[in-house]
Amino acid sequence: MKVLLVSSSGGHWVQLMRLKSAFKDAELIFASTDRSYAQHNQEHEFFHVADASRSNKFKLLLQGLAVFRLVFNERPDIVITTGASIGLWALVIGKWFDARTIWIDSIANSEEMSLSGKKAARYADLYLTQWEHLSGADTGAEYAGAVI
Amino acid sequence: MIFLTVGTQLPFERLVRAVDMWASRHPDIEVFAQIGDTKYEPKNMKWVRLLDPKCYNDLLSQAAVVVGHVGMGTIITGVEYGVPLVLMPRQVALGEHRNDHQIASAKQFAKLSGVSIVNNSEQLELEMDRVFSLPKCGDETDARKLSVSQTLIERIERFVAQSS
Repeated sequence: MKVLLVSSSGGHWVQLMRLKSAFKDAELIFASTDRSYAQHNQEHEFFHVADASRSNKFKLLLQGLAVFRLVFNERPDIVITTGASIGLWALVIGKWFDARTIWIDSIANSEEMSLSGKKAARYADLYLTQWEHLSGADTGAEYAGAVI
Repeated sequence: MIFLTVGTQLPFERLVRAVDMWASRHPDIEVFAQIGDTKYEPKNMKWVRLLDPKCYNDLLSQAAVVVGHVGMGTIITGVEYGVPLVLMPRQVALGEHRNDHQIASAKQFAKLSGVSIVNNSEQLELEMDRVFSLPKCGDETDARKLSVSQTLIERIERFVAQSS
């Protein structure tokens, strides 16, 4: 089984790295928006994808193409992300190629699901929030605990 | 050494200026800053735009105090290393972020020992003076409490098992 762990750099990534232990027997591959993050998991393959945000639609589209290439070439069985736009792309495109997908919304979003998290809801087979009060029918998110 | 980090995503002019001002009054104390895309270039401390992960972790773990925004990377890494954190939430009203989730996070994480939240430059300078004058001893932070919850790992493991 091949698992793609993907997120933007910074806090999203720090949270994602705390979930590695859930995939003990799988082949792990990583992707993020900071090239130097290849340093983090040197025994595994790492893919750099250019950063983007909603404010620049062109960069956002380029990021989507880069994620498409990555998912097309690697064909992960599972895609897991903590956000943000790179993670949303990975879930959408992952679904096209029959991956099972996990969205875990950043713990920074304690009052509502993140913007990309709301969009990710329908592409996530497992849709998690890290705040119990955000789980339930309103958000469609499940709470199972947090990374801290 | 004091380490200032404003995260990898957005500039944070107000915080970088405030720390630079503090540094100008404390020339004997080394301050190092990772300022990202912040336009203001500090005059009273050493700075870079972006550190690679190894340098970042080295500096953060050696710091007497870490000053930063209320970003989860800063909070988790800082608390893991047991370094006192002085954090200022970004405000949408000042053009510092896309929404005010950092203000909400500030309320949630102010409860952790070793984390102080400040809302403006004056509070920041007072808090830096206070935290920097504390002796570094004992287990002052919640470092050991910040482990990933086992129920979350188990939930993901169950999902993986169902997927294979």
